[in-house]
Formats: sequence, C-alpha cells, structure tokens
Amino acid sequence: MTDLTSLTLAEARDRLKSRAISSLEMTRAHLEAIERARGLNAFVAVTADKALEMARASDARLGKKEAGPLEGAPIGVKDLYATEAVHTQACSHILQGFKPPYESTVTANLWRDGAVMLGKLNMDEFAMGSSNETSCYGPVASPWLPPNWSPARGREALGSGKRGLLTPGGSSGGSASAVAARLCLAATASDTGGSIRQPAAFTGIVGVKPTYGRCSRYGMVAFASSLDQAGPLARTVRDAAIMLKAMAGPDAKDSTCSPAPVPDYEAAVGRSVKDMTIGVPKEYRLDGMSDEIERLWAQGAEWLRAAGARVVDVSLPHTPYALPAYYIVAPAEASSNLARYDGVRYGLREPASDVIELYQKTRAKGFGAEVRRRLMIGTYVLSAGYYDAYYLRAQKIRTLIKRDFERVFADGVDAILTPATPSAAFGIGEKGSENPVEMYLNDVFTVTVNMAGLPGLVAPAGFSGEGLPLALQLIGRPFDEETLFSLGETIEQSAGRMTLPERWWG
Amino acid sequence: MSVDLNAVRRIAHLARIEVSEAETPHLQREINAILKFVEALDAVNVDGVQPMTSVIPMRLPMREDIVTDGDIASKVLANAPRSEDGFFVVPKVIE
Repeated sequence: MTDLTSLTLAEARDRLKSRAISSLEMTRAHLEAIERARGLNAFVAVTADKALEMARASDARLGKKEAGPLEGAPIGVKDLYATEAVHTQACSHILQGFKPPYESTVTANLWRDGAVMLGKLNMDEFAMGSSNETSCYGPVASPWLPPNWSPARGREALGSGKRGLLTPGGSSGGSASAVAARLCLAATASDTGGSIRQPAAFTGIVGVKPTYGRCSRYGMVAFASSLDQAGPLARTVRDAAIMLKAMAGPDAKDSTCSPAPVPDYEAAVGRSVKDMTIGVPKEYRLDGMSDEIERLWAQGAEWLRAAGARVVDVSLPHTPYALPAYYIVAPAEASSNLARYDGVRYGLREPASDVIELYQKTRAKGFGAEVRRRLMIGTYVLSAGYYDAYYLRAQKIRTLIKRDFERVFADGVDAILTPATPSAAFGIGEKGSENPVEMYLNDVFTVTVNMAGLPGLVAPAGFSGEGLPLALQLIGRPFDEETLFSLGETIEQSAGRMTLPERWWG
Repeated sequence: MSVDLNAVRRIAHLARIEVSEAETPHLQREINAILKFVEALDAVNVDGVQPMTSVIPMRLPMREDIVTDGDIASKVLANAPRSEDGFFVVPKVIE
C-alpha cells in the first residue's frame, strides 16, 4: 500500500473523490504521523477527535456526491487563525487558554470546501521571527538533518532541546515543518515580511504570499495590518494553487479584502510561459552573496528562458531601503494592534493593585523578548516628536518601493525572479542572540513584496553545497497569482520535484 | 538617533510593559541596534512623495448602517480572566 501521507494534495483529493481511499483512513494516517513526529514540535494542539468527526462527515458527503473541492483532505492550521472553540494563541503566553468563539474566514472557507483540521501549528510568537524560536511553545525542528548528521544523532538532539538541529524558518515554522515531514497534506500560513516564503525555502516546499487583499484577514491574529496576508504552504505548486483557491475570496468582514472573484489557480499550473517577460533585478545581487545562490538564480533564469520566456535585467532602485522601512512600519502597526492584550478581556492576567500595573505586569509576563522589543520600537517611532522622522518617512519610502515595481511592470515585465533567501537553513540557537538585526536580514529578498502588497511565490530549485534545499522567488503584478503558478510550475518541472527527507524523527 | 536609559524607561511606560532596572541597559543596546539599522533611510530623498496609506488602490466598501450582530455578551465575556454580571472586572480605577 502507498503511504497515504506521501501523496500530494492533488493526488489525495482525486483518490478521495474516486473513493479509492476514505477520508477516515487518510486522517488516521496523518494523526499517526503526527504522533510519531512529536519531537519536531510542529503541532501545538492536535484536534484528533474533531479531525475524525470531520473525516466521517466528509466520507458521508463523498458517498452522496456532495463533495467540496478539498473534501476529506487533512490539513494543518497555523496557530494564528481563530478556530472556534479550539486553541488559538499565536504561540504567545499572553493568549494563555484563549479559545475563540468564532472562526476565521480563511479556515471557514477551507471547511466549507471539505478540508479536515488536524490541529494547530507552531509559529514565532505573533509571527515575529524568522526561525520559530520565539514561540512560547519552544522551537520547531526542520525535518532536514544538518549536513552529515545520522538519523540517530538527530533523534538524540530532538530529545535534548534540539540544539544543533536546523530551524524550519519562521514565522510559519510549524506549518513548513509539518508539510515537509508529511504530517499534513498542506497548511495555512501567513506572511508579513517573508513568513511563508522563507520557511518554504528552508524546508524544500512551495509557499505563496498572495496579493494584499486576496485573502480575508478576519480572524487572523493581527501583527501589522497593512502587511499581513494569509497564504498556503504545500509540497507542490499545484497543491499550493488548490489551497489558495479555497482560502481566498471576498469577505464583508474585512474591508481591505478584494471583491474580485478568485480565478481557477489550478488551471494556470502547466500553462505555457512562452513569450512571458521575466525581470531580474540587479539590486537583489547583494555584496557578499554566496556563489551557490548566484548560480541558482542564473539557473532559474535559464530554465525560464528554455521554456520560451524572455529574461531581461530590471532595476528596483529602492530595494535596499525596504528592510529598514519595514522595521519601522511593522513594529509601529504591531504596537497599535497588540495594545489589545491588556489582561482584561482574554488570556493572561497578572494580579495587580491598580489597572495600569495590571497592564504592565500582564504584558511583561505575557510577551516574549522579541515581541517586547518590537512593541517598544513601534511605540517609540509613533511617539510625539518622532512620528514624522520615522513612521511618516518610512511610509513615503514605501510609496517609492511600490513605484519601482509599477515602473517595471508598466515596461512589460510579467514577473520578477529573485532568490528566496540569502542562505540555506541555519541551526537552532545560531542567529540573532547578539544583535536582533542579524535575524532580520533573512527577509531581505521577501520583505519588498509585502511593502508593495504584491504576490510572491517561492518554489524549491536546488540544493546548497551541503545538501540543503534552496529556493527561488517569483514576484507578480497585483492579483496576478496565475502567472506565478505557471512560472512556478516551470521551475518545479525544470528542477525536478524536491525529494523530502526520509522519516528519521520517530 | 539613539535612546538613553531614561528614554527606554519612558518607552516601556508608554507601551505599558514593566521593565526591570536590570533589563534596561540590554534593551537600550537592542533598540539602538535597530535604530542604527533604520538610519539608512535618512539617505533617501522623500521630498514631494506621498506617504502610502493604502497598499492596493481600492475604495473602501460601504454597507448599510444597520445592526448586523449583537446579543452575544456571553461570547464576548467567555475568555475574560474575570467577569461579573455581564461586565469585565478590573482593579478599582476611581476612589
């Protein structure tokens, strides 16, 4: 029998539909895989009873030919999505015990289409991080072993604080690890500066950050509202297209959500890319960039050329300012959004004699170090006397960054090709302990896309010299995810489907 | 620009996060590292540039001015650490 957990989402969907397999079998296989993979720490809550109940309901609908597009397919949900009566904490201690009385629109759309929820996935606290190390539930291990490690050494490290193991990236580290380790067919994730795309790159899977407004933000725990966007992590470009189709769509509960109908993204997978124009931006060639990233990028351009696309050099002159501007805009919005965690309405509450002390003690105890740091930066840049120098200036630079992209697209470029990350995955505990900026540099290629509200797709494209996955990023015009799926499929086909690591974790 | 220890204490108070004296110098170093990083933006000429207010140009939708939901006090209070008689309870605010 084929291992049910190694099917792609598309394959599983087709077999469920033809009733070659049942959702109950499929769901049980994944719940067993999750049990064996406890050591990775990808899931922070497993909803086994709910999953089995949903699977039985799916099987009934499949039997009555009333199946939805994702009927019976078990998936994982990032802990940042409100799921009614189910653990939702954005992996923060301050939301201790929180169970929302409502459902996020994105997850409601997935259940409407028949998907089965396996549980909630680990993440950096409030999505602030690039390695999943800021989670109040501890770090997640990547299913990729460090170079030259034996499975036995990996298992030993899982049992002792995960020291030396690789991070799956962040903030959607649990989602990426779970998808790459085949604990779920696909997962929801979210991306404010690269939190879908960098973990996809680190774990050899596909991630899509859609255009701002393509998915509703209703019921997503807010980090930076003008940058946050929901998106999928999956093992193939086709699977990501299937997931996004279900997740996206108009929603009256989010005024920034686009009313435009959702195209059939899967139909774009395999569509010819002949005569498309692909821009390669010179500003993404960083000083000191490694040869292997340079080579991967050139290889990607060559693959697209071989498929009939035209590759042209383009310039996005304000690229170097995107990351610094992001570290003003995102903390500023976070400081405003996270003001709601006050110890009064939900979550943690520290005893205090007056209400100000109640806020201060609760927030000191409930937020982790990275979140506290960003909230303080955000508070500072918005405070009287500094607003114009920092926040207003950053928002003007954002306009310039967006204008760079608009010029390139107006010149006839259909999509832009860049590396996804400056390096392959790094080790747990390796980065950012001295200077937080060291960790922030992970997002140097992805953050521009959030600043300009554009769609970005990351697909695996090769390996580092040490045998770890590396990926390329495609950036598209607003609401033109379809072009990214066509080009992403070309990269995937040219590179060959990524072979994910064999199970060593238990 | 950089912040001194007093500024760190003031920011912590504005953010309503209790910070111990022992933590303050460490936080100061980290905040200054980030402020140093964002100094790069000073090199950009932003004269006459409009600040971004909406990342995707779209009209905010209007809806009818009617009540669409409500009467869910028990749901609103369900996660409260302390509530009484349909209210959130906080330490005494006025004498």
